[in-house]
Amino acid sequence: MFHTGPPVVSVHPSRAMVDEAFKVQVENLPPGSPVTLHSLHQSEDKDYWEAFGHYVSDHRGTVSVADYLSCGGTYTGKEAMGLLWSMRPVPGSREGLRLRKLNVCIPQLVNISVYSGHVGGGFREQDSLASVLTERWYMAPGVRRIDIKEKGVRGTLFIPHGPGPFPGLLDMWGSGGGLLEYRAALLASHGYASMALEYFNPAEVNTAELELNYFETAFNIVRDHPQVMSDRVGLFGLSLGSVVSISLAAWSSVVKPRCCVCISGNHTHAPGGTIGGVFNEFFTNLHKVRMDENNYEIWRGMGLPIPDDISQKVDVGKINCPILLVNGDDDQNWPTVESAEDMAQMMRAAGNEHLLTRLEYPDAGHLIEPPYSPHFRATKFIKDGQKVILLWGGTTKPHSDAQEDSWKKILAFLQQNMYSSSGPRAKL
Amino acid sequence: MDMKQHCMKLSVQPSRGLVDEKFTVMVQNLLPGFQLTIHALHQCEDGHSWEAFAHYTADATGIVNVSQDPSLGGTYSGVEPMGLLWSLRPAPGSKTGLRWRKMNVQTPMGVTISVYQGHQTEGFLDQVLLASVVVERWYMAPGVRRVPITEGRLTATLFLPSGPGPFPGLLDLWGLGGKLVEYRAALLASHGIASLALDYFTPKKTGKMVDNDYFETAYRVLEQHPQILGSRIAMLGLSFGAGLTLRMAVYSECLKLSCAVCISGSHVQPIDGPLEQIMTYYNKNVEKTHFDEDNQLIWRDLLLPFPTDPSLKVDVGRLECPLLLIVGEDDQNWPSYESAMDMREMMERAGNSHLLTVLSYKNAGHLIEPPFMAFTRASSFKTATNPPFTMMVLWGGELVAHSRAQEDAWRKTLVFLTENLYGDMKPDASFSNM
Repeated sequence: MFHTGPPVVSVHPSRAMVDEAFKVQVENLPPGSPVTLHSLHQSEDKDYWEAFGHYVSDHRGTVSVADYLSCGGTYTGKEAMGLLWSMRPVPGSREGLRLRKLNVCIPQLVNISVYSGHVGGGFREQDSLASVLTERWYMAPGVRRIDIKEKGVRGTLFIPHGPGPFPGLLDMWGSGGGLLEYRAALLASHGYASMALEYFNPAEVNTAELELNYFETAFNIVRDHPQVMSDRVGLFGLSLGSVVSISLAAWSSVVKPRCCVCISGNHTHAPGGTIGGVFNEFFTNLHKVRMDENNYEIWRGMGLPIPDDISQKVDVGKINCPILLVNGDDDQNWPTVESAEDMAQMMRAAGNEHLLTRLEYPDAGHLIEPPYSPHFRATKFIKDGQKVILLWGGTTKPHSDAQEDSWKKILAFLQQNMYSSSGPRAKL
Repeated sequence: MDMKQHCMKLSVQPSRGLVDEKFTVMVQNLLPGFQLTIHALHQCEDGHSWEAFAHYTADATGIVNVSQDPSLGGTYSGVEPMGLLWSLRPAPGSKTGLRWRKMNVQTPMGVTISVYQGHQTEGFLDQVLLASVVVERWYMAPGVRRVPITEGRLTATLFLPSGPGPFPGLLDLWGLGGKLVEYRAALLASHGIASLALDYFTPKKTGKMVDNDYFETAYRVLEQHPQILGSRIAMLGLSFGAGLTLRMAVYSECLKLSCAVCISGSHVQPIDGPLEQIMTYYNKNVEKTHFDEDNQLIWRDLLLPFPTDPSLKVDVGRLECPLLLIVGEDDQNWPSYESAMDMREMMERAGNSHLLTVLSYKNAGHLIEPPFMAFTRASSFKTATNPPFTMMVLWGGELVAHSRAQEDAWRKTLVFLTENLYGDMKPDASFSNM
């Protein structure tokens, strides 16, 4: 038996954007040895997240995660990125955690280790055979981050490197509130001057900006920026942010978006185009909230049935730009698929259905985030000053596939509608 | 015109890479036949600007892919995936004799890659800039730890790879320029080898040069480190450092090397007495050096012709570990090629030539460094000796051949080190088919 040197684990690229795939490899193992690949990340909140897969090395003592099958762990099968998307809080963590990067100027650090044997837990107590650190970035080199506090609008603008001008995006999250920059930073890294918009303080519903006017002003800040192409500014939203986008696209006489990307949105939240209506409606429908066996709150009933009366919905027949709807059919937070179906019918009747593209993913939940993000099936939410746990839905593997697939299609949709020299086209 | 600005997409993958990793530069959504110039700009730590550029024409699909398409002119031509880096040269108007080196390895080298309309050759700041991205090139992989070492009165920096270890170790030496040059050690640590960059001139300001015990102290730092495998330590030296590496590898009772890499070095040196004798020997022969027509110093004749006195050559016939010699055949600074041939003869006579691998590169010069860095044929050089000498030194080499040599030599150096440090422990584990 030769004395071989120590095993080596490598990740290529070692520094990557969060939406870029990597290759994880282990070399110098004894042939045919069972090993566990493990990923570990400590969040900004100091919680630990991990994932792991069970492998057997080949005759050369190599394991290639991109090419070989995991036969156990937090993911199975041939999954190049399983060590990221299947991450979950380590045993003993607080309940209902969600992983979100707040400081986008520095990378997310993930430690990839290899352990001897097929290990199912207790990684902290064991010595790994080898480990390597990898960096995952939300901001490409040269992207500029600018704090925006003007005309009452609060946000952060990310501008790609280069002379410009660039197409612009207004990026809006949901009813958790606060200022979340990571998706806007990532979109800027793909060439879109993107402003992450804060429209209420975290969990403080009564600080919410309720008038369309706030969003119109925000849109114009992007549009009027010297490095933004004023006729190519779009809207990007998730959840309540999608509701805002749909409302603006249909109702605003001021805002003319070039296109809209709406993830897990709906057209029934804001009847008559008043976002303020959202919260009134919310409180009147609380009785429709159901609890699952874990006491997690299922809100989707609040959105059903979809009203027939047009005055109870955003008149999507008035939208005159391409709109991409991305939804998961296991969305437990809102009946987004039913809403999308109704929107399609309304647009068919109005004659603008050619502007609509629907992407629906089986067994995906509400929080469809950039690819390789862990899946959050249920997380803490502050409702009315109370901490509850909301069920977002989805099963990890299909939800992760949805994140990966939808992001590719979203980028292609944006490229087509915002960068192409011909006029905007709805169909991908 | 506007149309192209809106459509065109410039990308460099990866946007953050190690300095020895290749990247792919692509421009898409162009009109077929569109002429453009891709330009690279880097501002080094001293504030000097370095630039490179190449002319391309979009193909029928409207794409320019630097890795696949030929440059029609510029600072490089033909298909050269990394030409934008290795052909970097000081911007017009810069002072002469510059050499590009990164001294702070904890920050990346930033390169701005831009696209200009048309086939431009100068005055880029006044041209129509179509797109631009920033690329980061790192010497340290994530997780690599930089540890300054001062024990034993060493001036050194240890770079530990990411992870628990233990790792093989390496002693990294540069030449007569002195200073603590960290970038190669940082890069080797990024490839899994715990590397100690050693400054062997600065520490003692007594006017006396360090001696063997300095290197032995450095070796022991590696050998005794809890995260380093004491039985798997290599030594790598360039130029004067290569000569010292040969000396230690053969004569040191303390250093037990798994292998040695000597770049642009020579075995010709007085082997008896302190290291200072080497400087005395050089000084005696200094009138053999001469200046070329550009007033650049050619130093190689200092050691030529080779002496016949055996006390003036490291007896490489006594070497017991694998040795990789890397030489440029256009080395104007040192007779490294001739030394390599002489060493091979000595080892063949002694019967240990199976340990030897020689990589000899036509038209490559003295400074064979990690790949994809700006090439320097001649530069202003200040020695760290006492007293110091400053002069314009001719290193030699031709841009394309030297850059290719660096890429090839680095790859083979990593394979050599990996095989000897990470592979099985057979004593004659060498590779002869390179």
